[in-house]
Amino acid sequence: MKPIIRVRGVSKRYPVRQGKTYGSLRESLATAFKAPSSLLKSRNGSDRRADNSHFLALHDVNFDVEPGEVLGLIGSNGAGKSTLLKILSRITRPTAGHIELYGRVRSLLEVGTGFHPELTGRENVFLNGAILGMRRNETARRFDEIVAFAEVEKFIDTPVKHYSSGMYVRLAFAVAAHMKPEILLVDEVLAVGDQRFWQKSTDKMRELNARGMTIVLVTHNMWLIQTVCTRGILLEHGQIAAEGRPQLVIDAYRRAAESSRQESVITSTPAKGEATVMSLQLLPLGEWASEREATPESGVRLSFVAHIPAHPRVKFFIRITSPDGIPFFTVYSELQTVPSSRRLACQAEIPRLMVIGGDYFVWAGVCSDRSQEDIVAQAHVPLFVSDLDASQAETGLFYNRANWEIDRTGSQSGA
Amino acid sequence: MNSVEDVLVPNGDQGRYPVDGPAEPQANAVYGDATAFEAERTPVLTIDGSSEAGLELGDLWAHRDLFYFLAWRDVKVRYKQTALGAAWAILQPLITMIVFTLLFGRLARVPSEGEPYAIFSYVGLLPWNFFTSAITNSSNSLVSSTNLITKVYFPRLLVPTAAVAAVLVDIAIASIMLFVIMPIYGVGFHAGLLLFVPLVALTAVVAAAVGIWTSALNVKYRDIRYALPFVTQILMFLTPVIYPVSFVPDRWRWMLALNPLSGIIEGFRDAIFGRPFNWGGLLLSTAITAALLTAAAYVFRRMEQEFADVI
Repeated sequence: MKPIIRVRGVSKRYPVRQGKTYGSLRESLATAFKAPSSLLKSRNGSDRRADNSHFLALHDVNFDVEPGEVLGLIGSNGAGKSTLLKILSRITRPTAGHIELYGRVRSLLEVGTGFHPELTGRENVFLNGAILGMRRNETARRFDEIVAFAEVEKFIDTPVKHYSSGMYVRLAFAVAAHMKPEILLVDEVLAVGDQRFWQKSTDKMRELNARGMTIVLVTHNMWLIQTVCTRGILLEHGQIAAEGRPQLVIDAYRRAAESSRQESVITSTPAKGEATVMSLQLLPLGEWASEREATPESGVRLSFVAHIPAHPRVKFFIRITSPDGIPFFTVYSELQTVPSSRRLACQAEIPRLMVIGGDYFVWAGVCSDRSQEDIVAQAHVPLFVSDLDASQAETGLFYNRANWEIDRTGSQSGA
Repeated sequence: MNSVEDVLVPNGDQGRYPVDGPAEPQANAVYGDATAFEAERTPVLTIDGSSEAGLELGDLWAHRDLFYFLAWRDVKVRYKQTALGAAWAILQPLITMIVFTLLFGRLARVPSEGEPYAIFSYVGLLPWNFFTSAITNSSNSLVSSTNLITKVYFPRLLVPTAAVAAVLVDIAIASIMLFVIMPIYGVGFHAGLLLFVPLVALTAVVAAAVGIWTSALNVKYRDIRYALPFVTQILMFLTPVIYPVSFVPDRWRWMLALNPLSGIIEGFRDAIFGRPFNWGGLLLSTAITAALLTAAAYVFRRMEQEFADVI
């Protein structure tokens, strides 16, 4: 069978602007006067400035997707996954390259794009449907199905600004899930909503795929890649670094994250007079799988130096998050009185990590006495946790143990 | 559970993308018979790094429902959280008419070609107010749809044009008001009124042409937001809104003729007062409008490519 998506030599280059997101007319006019030819050149898409003023988000990417595949795109933040998805869904154009799509494409880069808070659920379903490319009668035909899937029947004629965030997300996803394209592009949209809905939406994706839909999925969720995807592609610095069975690609991703870890003891660069957290280090506590690999059972000791000039009273905290910043837990210190302009050496111990195998960030920081939300300074380092028992599939968020007792005598019930 | 065909080829859902040849047999072929599929296969869509953008009118047509919904959303939301609601559409031209009648009609004695100045100025303000609110709404439309533009594909031309269409509701309401006050001033109804609707449509097209252009510029240069109110204010005095064309010395008339709105506003007055139409003037306005629209659409198509990156 021939591929349904064919990507050849696709590159995307963004101009790097210093602290400016949009130009002013004056600036462009000034450029035009200084170098009248530059305006003409930029129209042809050729270089406007020297190469260092550009950021190459994708560089010569080639791959095929077969009909019926669920392709998972993984990679660290900024590797080019979302750019690739935006190019495939025609939101932005590649700087170079050629793409052929042999089927109708719909993309779902965000749940509830175009939802308007003042409009009712019903109105938003039709509006959102149209935005996603559905005809009005198509939406009408699937309306009952959508509402039932979202479980918001009672509130369908209420403005969505009165919805709970859960209801909002369910309705928005339901609309998207009832599009029937041949190719569906999805970007990390399932990271929202509660666990039950997450289950329901991943089931929906499997069902759509079982009916022949080809899906390209960007996610940080390794479990999703393992359970839903048929193939994976690892992107690194805008290029394909690995391609193949999901598990192989995930392993490659972990190895890549591992090797980059050696270079990165992240410290925030201090501006004069600002609070900072410096020289954050992780030290093994208890048994580690290897020099740089903790296990769910092992602990860590954090050692860092804090410099807090402007806050007489602070709290310290340590936190573990996913690489994209979703917190798993945070531990705060007591309120501390800080002697003025001194560097404080701090240590904190987490005796047992209790998280499942995967990539994490460990944060250390300072928050003001006003609120725990008011973070004065923080720094983070990556942490890799490997599973104790590699044969067990990692499911869930937290590690725990159970004491099993199974009665093998086969006692009769109801006797 | 639906059959495979139902899922893959939903009714009335072809042609979302520019397709060479019929879409349906092709889609069937993709999932039906593999050999047939290999024999004649053209991509439903190709994306190229370097290709020049055409107007892709078929793509626009395929998304016509979105045009309707965008305009409809705008109308629904516009007067939310206002105490007077759609009454604003009547109050604005009505109060301006009263002020203008006192100021220009009574004090400055601007001629009104023998018609009551109140109606004369209201008929001018009707398309003029529509034009200014349409281009204001339109030029902000892309920037305020940032979340759509960065998250989903659709022909971007729909955004500024739907923003113009949304303001049609206002002119409809204001027109009803006009038909109410006409008898009060002793202005009767004429057969010429039949041209009222095409004239509104023509005004909308002028506004769309300007809005398409300014909305695209506004994405890149937010200067537009500051320049536009000021430019429209000046433009009002260069358009026969508060004075008749006959008020302008002969040697300057040609300049007025180049402004499509002047021909249109004169057309509105001819329609209301039952005067013979200046067909030549209207034709010229239509031609200039068509040229403006085409040019704006092409400029837009070229700038559109980098909207998602720049906005």
